[in-house]
Amino acid sequence: MTEVATRAPKPAQQRSASPSRPPGSHARFLILFFLITVAAWQVLCKVTGVRSYIFPGPTDVFHELLTGSGFLFWHTLYTMTATLVAFAISVILGIILSIGIVYSRLLDRTLFTSLVATNAVPKVAIAPLFILWIGIGIESKIVIAILVSIFPMVVDCVVGLRSVDPGLLDLARAYRGSTLQTFWKIRLPNALPSIFAGMKVAISLSLVGTIVGEFVGSNWGLGFVILQSQGQYNTARVFAAILILAVLGTLLFQLLDWAELRVIPWHVSHRNRHGHA
Amino acid sequence: MSGVETSPVGSYNKTTAGEPVLVELRNINKTYKSPRGDIHALENINLEIRAGEFLSLLGPSGCGKSTLLRCLAGLEAISSGEVRIGGELLTRPPEGLGIVFQHDLLLDWRTVLQNVLLPIEFRRLPKQDYREPALALLETFGLRPFADRFPWELSGGMRQRVAICRALIDEPSLLLMDEPFGALDAITRDNLNIELQRIWTRTKKSVLFITHSIPEAILLSSRVAVMGRDPGHIEEIIEVALPRPRTLATRETPDFVRYSAYVRTIFERLGTLVA
Repeated sequence: MTEVATRAPKPAQQRSASPSRPPGSHARFLILFFLITVAAWQVLCKVTGVRSYIFPGPTDVFHELLTGSGFLFWHTLYTMTATLVAFAISVILGIILSIGIVYSRLLDRTLFTSLVATNAVPKVAIAPLFILWIGIGIESKIVIAILVSIFPMVVDCVVGLRSVDPGLLDLARAYRGSTLQTFWKIRLPNALPSIFAGMKVAISLSLVGTIVGEFVGSNWGLGFVILQSQGQYNTARVFAAILILAVLGTLLFQLLDWAELRVIPWHVSHRNRHGHA
Repeated sequence: MSGVETSPVGSYNKTTAGEPVLVELRNINKTYKSPRGDIHALENINLEIRAGEFLSLLGPSGCGKSTLLRCLAGLEAISSGEVRIGGELLTRPPEGLGIVFQHDLLLDWRTVLQNVLLPIEFRRLPKQDYREPALALLETFGLRPFADRFPWELSGGMRQRVAICRALIDEPSLLLMDEPFGALDAITRDNLNIELQRIWTRTKKSVLFITHSIPEAILLSSRVAVMGRDPGHIEEIIEVALPRPRTLATRETPDFVRYSAYVRTIFERLGTLVA
């Protein structure tokens, strides 16, 4: 028991990453980088004297963001709603399909194969069909976004559910665990890191799918704003919409990253972030 | 030769010879089908595990000791013969089984305590009733302060101790251990041997212990079944009559040395030791 003595319970020490990087320095660095980029952009526009409708400077874009804030807000909300609903359906449906694929040889051969085939078709190419079938409402955006984002979800989830240490399955069998118990206590928690990996890809693709849907046919959403403003040579507004999309995409991704850290703190990829080396 | 019992040292200690038989293996054969010809893993195994005895399967790697344990645990089907546990023919993993593998197989997402309670959950027993016994069990292995820690915060030796606690939580009548200390360093291994002996002496569980270490088998066991390979078979069963409690120092006693020398001659005869 010699090791135990030397390995007395550690106090909650070294919570922050490392001594060379105090907390908050990451954010400060990011802000600095952002300010430098904006300044360079402004200087570039002034020096070259490029017209605003070709390449707007940051002041034009920020002006657009402020004056059109109400207008942009509602369109952002629309895009965001479609993205999140599509993402949620993708995740839930993706997990359900994966369970079917993992537990049923028939589904593995039929469903998985057809999913791969579906994914091989560029979704942009079939998006107009969905506008034709479902109309230009939010439903068609959601369907297109699901179509784009469900594939990585299923692929990652299937891999996660399948890659279980055979020893763990033996353990469950030796203790006469039922299939359901083995699923809840071993397979699913074991798959969580893969599921999160799939979710991180799916959230970005949901946003892409929604914008594609809005490009193809819509009266609402940031995709519609971009297309319409481009037609009106309101390039500053196009930039504003793109900026919102970038911020939105980053936020959604970060939100998932944050959730992952809380749901699977035990995973190898997080151990250093907790301060336990 | 199978089934022959020998004791190179006179039996001056109480043995388990008179105890009732818990596990009975009769003419076990195990053949793996393979396209390049069948592999005969186990040949005509006859073995009994008596209630309260510590029986080791000792043999070189590839002699089928793990296969035998897996057949006994109901994790693998035998090709012929029969396994009876408590008189009942084995068709699936038996009740009242505790099992420890070479790898601790702890669940990363559960705390030490939750890991120990896993068999309780599988058996659908009330978890709260087993909380205190689990903590007491951890205490005996010096792990009580780590009950709420996660496996990755523990050393290899500590993890394997948790795995042993998990195997013991349900008060199993039969404990199967498949090279449980094989992946540990020598010092940790020694410590765990002594701890395991202490627990066994106190609880008198029937244990089937797999190892390829001669001293480990002799130190821990009531009997040692020496296995040979190609195909896997039991060469000889040795009654170890060393007094208990045995300590690490027991390994230097003349009797102990005589036992290990004797086992070595068996391996030499089998051609598994070229020294």
